[in-house]
Amino acid sequence: MSTAALGARVSQGFSLRSSLSRNRRWALITSYVFLVIFAIFFLIPPYYMIVTAFKSDAEVARMATNPWIIADGITLDQFRILLTQTDFLVFFKNTIVVTLCTVAITMVVSVFAAFSLGRMKFWGSSILATGIFLTYLVPDTLLFIPLFQIVKAVGLLNSYWGMVLVYPTLTVPFCTWIMIGYFQSIPKELDEAALIDGAGHLQMLTKIFIPVALPGIIAAMIFAFTVSWAAFVYPMTFLYSADQQVLTVGTVTSLIRGDVYKWGMLMAGALMAAAPPLVIYAFLMDYYIAGLTAGATKG
Amino acid sequence: MAEVALRNVVKRFDNVEAVRSINLDIPDNEFVVLVGPSGCGKSTTLRMIAGLEELTSGDIFIGGEIVNDLPPKDRDIAMVFQNYALYPHMSVFENMSFGLKLRKFAKAEIKKRVDNAARILDITELLDRKPKALSGGQRQRVAMGRAIVRNPKVFLFDEPLSNLDAKLRVQMRTEIKRVHQLVKTTTVYVTHDQIEAMTLADRVVVMNGGLIEQIATPQDLYHHPKTRFVAGFIGSPAMNFIRCHVEQNGVGLRARLSDRISLPIPQAQTSRFQGLTGKELIFGLRPEHITEPRRTDCDQDCQFDTALDVVEPMGMETMVYFTIDGQEICSRVDPGSAKGPGESMRLHADMDRMHLIDPQSGAVL
Repeated sequence: MSTAALGARVSQGFSLRSSLSRNRRWALITSYVFLVIFAIFFLIPPYYMIVTAFKSDAEVARMATNPWIIADGITLDQFRILLTQTDFLVFFKNTIVVTLCTVAITMVVSVFAAFSLGRMKFWGSSILATGIFLTYLVPDTLLFIPLFQIVKAVGLLNSYWGMVLVYPTLTVPFCTWIMIGYFQSIPKELDEAALIDGAGHLQMLTKIFIPVALPGIIAAMIFAFTVSWAAFVYPMTFLYSADQQVLTVGTVTSLIRGDVYKWGMLMAGALMAAAPPLVIYAFLMDYYIAGLTAGATKG
Repeated sequence: MAEVALRNVVKRFDNVEAVRSINLDIPDNEFVVLVGPSGCGKSTTLRMIAGLEELTSGDIFIGGEIVNDLPPKDRDIAMVFQNYALYPHMSVFENMSFGLKLRKFAKAEIKKRVDNAARILDITELLDRKPKALSGGQRQRVAMGRAIVRNPKVFLFDEPLSNLDAKLRVQMRTEIKRVHQLVKTTTVYVTHDQIEAMTLADRVVVMNGGLIEQIATPQDLYHHPKTRFVAGFIGSPAMNFIRCHVEQNGVGLRARLSDRISLPIPQAQTSRFQGLTGKELIFGLRPEHITEPRRTDCDQDCQFDTALDVVEPMGMETMVYFTIDGQEICSRVDPGSAKGPGESMRLHADMDRMHLIDPQSGAVL
């Protein structure tokens, strides 16, 4: 090859590479622009919640000041009043009890259901798996009427234990679905090796599948936690006395009287209610993402 | 330690018959390799012995006892899988001891057995590691260790070396043979690699289309294949097959391969092929039996000249390709005597090693 031809090939290579890097740079710039817009859009409500929670009632009510900043200085009055003069702590305790019980029930039911549907092939297993997911598609706004009859029949109307009964109808189908996918992504040789090693199905589940599928299980747990922590329609329908209320409905009903909104306390309550899910997501986000995307690609 | 026997074993998946009534006897301590192309039923047979697949019909005996309805754990077998199937959340020690723990062995006994197996496989320093921190070869050793600690009646290997690179595969092959010599246990090993089969096995079972084509020692299989399939499957490069006619030549016989090439059938075999004169047959001869004339006393009658199409130097030998009557033939010659492509070369056929095959039945005559 002549020197001129070689030079032309080299310069062609350079221009190809520089055009690739230019393309990549533009793709990155576009991504960042949209990500920043997206982040700002979704961070405005929490920001508004935080600044309002640390304002005094007088500042919140004053229309003349800029609502986006704290003009009169930070105050913890909203939190103090909320914790000492309202039933907020009762709501918090009730929510913790309901959520922990719901997560526990959901995990036990979902893990067993997903293991049997995902790993033990039997007649109708795939139809059942699809059926379970379909139940998730029925919204709680439709289900609460028949569920009201059931909760009433078992004597759990106006009791937060009724929530422990009904929340799993929201959490079990989706958690089972997530874990079916996760269990199916585990190579079948692993259970065959366990069978040959002498494990029964229960031992296979507890000693092999649960530890191996832990990211999927944690993802399902976070989902169940979030759903039961944030549920609104069911407690709104089934609970009506303050001592049984949970955070979502209790905060709203006790802090909105007619057309009087206690904005400062509402925001302080919302901030405290949002704290536990935030902490959990911060620590377990990697597991959550790994669990949701498991089986999407060959490992 | 136990013998394994299969009697009229059939496995059907819906309408597909994967294994078609096979019979096999494996004596105590024997290393048997099931070999064949994909879909020949070898893995299904192994999985039926393991208890991972149910039999459609027939019986499987381990140690003289019918095990058809026994679950895998009660068959006293251990299996090594192609993808190792190590438990990813457990250390090497925990992986190897899992089966013993489930069988409620004492801790001291578990430790003794794991240490012993680790020493045999040279993985003592890996016992605390998780599988993800091991190389492919180390994982395969751990999988073997998991089988050894159980001291089972039968070892089952399902293509254990297929996931390893070529060099490691050769190393591990030797390792498996060494371990079998140390831990004398009846072993059934499945592979599609005929070199693995030949090097490891006491006896090789060649399977094709759900049937056993031949059961024989590696040497016997190589020199005396019973069918065209076995003759073509065993040996690399594969045996050459050429259409031929048997002709009478005075008191002797000749195999006519083309208008130009006719080779003498050895006198010792003349009586065997006497009745085949005039019939169209297939002449089979391995590449290593078509060489440059190596001795001065080579029978001139067994030699022929041919123009080479392709020449592949391999280092210690050279493969040369040419055609006879439009059929491609491979020959394995000494690198020093190989000619270039397009050039003419004189070759010698070792007719004592030739096979005649019935084209209809595929049987070696």
